[in-house]
Amino acid sequence: MKIQVFGAGCPSCKKMFEVVQTAVLKIGLDTKVEYICDVQQIIAMGLMQSPVLVVNGKPVLIGFTPDIGKITKAIQDNL
Amino acid sequence: MDIFFPIKLLADWLTYSILVITPKTLLAEAVNFFIYDSIKIFILMAVIIFAVSIIRSYLPPEKIRSILSHKNKYAGNVIASLLGIITPFCSCSAIPLFLGFIQAGVPLGTTFSFLVASPMINEVALVLLLGMFGWKIALIYIVSGLIIAIFSGIIIGKMKVESLVEPFVYENTINGNVDLPTTTRNERIAYAKNYTLDILKKVWIYILIGIGIGAWIHGYVPADFLAQYAGSDKWYAVPLAVLIGIPLYSNAAGIIPLVSVLTEKGVSMGTTLAFMMSVTALSLPEFMILKRVMKIKLIFIFAGIVGMGIIFTGYLFNLVL
Repeated sequence: MKIQVFGAGCPSCKKMFEVVQTAVLKIGLDTKVEYICDVQQIIAMGLMQSPVLVVNGKPVLIGFTPDIGKITKAIQDNL
Repeated sequence: MDIFFPIKLLADWLTYSILVITPKTLLAEAVNFFIYDSIKIFILMAVIIFAVSIIRSYLPPEKIRSILSHKNKYAGNVIASLLGIITPFCSCSAIPLFLGFIQAGVPLGTTFSFLVASPMINEVALVLLLGMFGWKIALIYIVSGLIIAIFSGIIIGKMKVESLVEPFVYENTINGNVDLPTTTRNERIAYAKNYTLDILKKVWIYILIGIGIGAWIHGYVPADFLAQYAGSDKWYAVPLAVLIGIPLYSNAAGIIPLVSVLTEKGVSMGTTLAFMMSVTALSLPEFMILKRVMKIKLIFIFAGIVGMGIIFTGYLFNLVL
């Protein structure tokens, strides 16, 4: 299982990464969330918004949200 | 009838009955103005930002890109500028947008039309213009902004300046199109609600400070006091306003309530419009960030063309309004 947050280096990407970490702890997953600050990789996925939450290689949330419920659901639905 | 009339009644009631300020005094004028404008702006803000967010949820940048990559040059500039209106813009979204557009084959000129329109015609500026100046000025602002965005893009496209973009931008790395997660009606409404609250949280203090200083000027500075410095007969007023506007982007929300009062004290309308366009469209942080994807020369060309467009608009409306 791989959970990644791709960002462009802006404060909201960092914030989202933190919320995702909390969500992963809450679900009780034994995995480390990766934070990748590379716009080029977001573009390569065919996207243009940051941050992007990627679960097992699939973008599941695009753009910033602080909503931990939504983030938790997006991770659980795509495990 | 003025649809804001009930707010006027509320402001009068708060000023004279609740705060018990003697009518017709300078203090009463200032307090009344502050209460009325604040309530009006925040109501407009909630309604308009919510509506724009709903529209936006149907048009994420990825969809806009696929629309733009299939358009010919001139139609592309027009559509890019129109789509720029509903797209929110912050300096951290500039790079993903620029890279994403160029790598998908959207022409450089079209991309610039979008980059000009997106920050210049944004919903916060629009609400404030509508609230402080009325729909005519708001409309003039939108239309002139669109024209500047369209023509700046066309001119930059014609200049063949692709060599001034960093070469890595053109290395196409896009692996086909991703399927965007589907959005339900409830999610759109939730998104719009959150976005509206976010913006309000971010700007309310600047707006209140702007309106507050504005209210003070409204009450205490004599009308036409500024005409001697910045009236329409002063040739330097427009370029000076544009220069002052460049470093002020982060505070656009507080600046518009302030300038609306300045016009009342004698700053001419064209100068005011040019100032607001410069505040929104020419932003120092955006230029710094764009340096990562283009040579400084191109940033100067971009700022120069947009700046000239704004100055021209300023002079034009100083003459006709």
